[in-house]
Amino acid sequence: MNLLCSISNAELSITAAITGIGLVFAALLIAKLISPKSYSLRKAEPYECGIPTRGHSMIQFKAGYYIFAILFLLFDVEVVFLYPWSVVMRGMGPQGLLCIGIFMFVLVLGLAYAWKKGALKWD
Amino acid sequence: MFDFGIWTSEFNRFLLGTGMAEWLAVLIECIIIAVLVLGAYTVLALFYILYERKLCAWFQCRLGPMRVGKWGLLQVFADMFKILIKELIELKGTDKFLFKLAPYLVITSSVVMLACLPWGRGLQIIDYNIGIFFVLAVSSVGVLGILLAGWSSNNKYTLIGAMRSGAQMVSYELSLGLAILTIVVFAGTLNINELVMQQDKAWFIFRGHIPAIIAFIIYVIAATAETNRGPFDLPEAEHELTAGYHTEYSGIHFGFFYLAEYLNLFIVSGIATLMFLGGWMPLHVPGWDGFNAVMNWIPSIVWFVGKAFFISYVIIWFKWTFPRVRIDQMLAFEWKYLMPFSLANLILMAVFVALGWHF
Repeated sequence: MNLLCSISNAELSITAAITGIGLVFAALLIAKLISPKSYSLRKAEPYECGIPTRGHSMIQFKAGYYIFAILFLLFDVEVVFLYPWSVVMRGMGPQGLLCIGIFMFVLVLGLAYAWKKGALKWD
Repeated sequence: MFDFGIWTSEFNRFLLGTGMAEWLAVLIECIIIAVLVLGAYTVLALFYILYERKLCAWFQCRLGPMRVGKWGLLQVFADMFKILIKELIELKGTDKFLFKLAPYLVITSSVVMLACLPWGRGLQIIDYNIGIFFVLAVSSVGVLGILLAGWSSNNKYTLIGAMRSGAQMVSYELSLGLAILTIVVFAGTLNINELVMQQDKAWFIFRGHIPAIIAFIIYVIAATAETNRGPFDLPEAEHELTAGYHTEYSGIHFGFFYLAEYLNLFIVSGIATLMFLGGWMPLHVPGWDGFNAVMNWIPSIVWFVGKAFFISYVIIWFKWTFPRVRIDQMLAFEWKYLMPFSLANLILMAVFVALGWHF
């Protein structure tokens, strides 16, 4: 049940997205108009601990996060597969349970493997 | 229950009845919706800032803001105006395009999610047949904004904050999704309106009893982590990272992240309300017809907002009660406890549904 029946959901989503963009744009515009401006070399430096920053900050960083990202990818795809199943589960009864049981078993094996290999350990 | 859909369809008929072209009517309606969403967004953000400040003060035996207006009610307006007139500092070495793009992504994703929530009977804007899936998909765009903000700032603190935030949000998104899936298995639909309608007899948390209650607990924990709050606010751990991913943002640029954080708090509370506590559906007990009739007198929007504020209260309570966890504890908690538990809970719910052990 839409707020207004004659508009499609896609149009409404685009309206909402444009609203968000418009909010940011308008607020930035107002801030630009009424806020003070000044520039100095010191002020434009990154805010770290008081001494000048060393090296570049856009660097490759900490492989630990990378492993979690890969694991996330694996399980997120699994969750996407679970969505269609979950909608029809009620109608399928025990058969649906069996199907997803096998699927889950394979996945839990994968998690167990990652766990055993120490991928879930932070160091 | 009063159906707000009567007003909107009446308005639609009025617009078409004036003899204007259909595209013009659609345009006018879209503009009205945009204004309404913007109004709701601003009012909620202002309310939540005051709500959090007052609650945090009361948890710490303080009074909180008291000077501006009665009981400090006007403090938020003063704060917002102050943030608006602060300078937007241009830094050297930042990736200018990504730096400016990040607030757009964060705000836009929260506005679209806000438009998906069912505020009351007939008071819902976006209503896809895959509604709840759409909400989860849009919520991932917000993570992108946070990662971009941290990466483009050219600062070590923001980089570490963004990495932590990314790892945390993608990890807890799994348990969040699985907790929602548990209810979807029970309800057999992804459509937000149908989900609410099915809780007419009793809310899902009562109908699904044990698995639904476990899923609710998992959801609240995961939602706390998703919004970077409470004991899981590592991305902006003040004592180690100054302010995390938004360290380099100033003025209203910072304000956007601040607003989006509070709105996300409302949105996760709203989804918890929708999935477990009946959305805008009043508290109904099967058989107690008099009680149900009395409950129906309270307007649906009051039910929804009241339940959402209650869940937000619980999440704010977490934040001001528990000490912050470490990054390894947080990831281990998700991957070694919460995820296996939510998978097992999903299977448990599937068994309950297959065997009919529910109400």
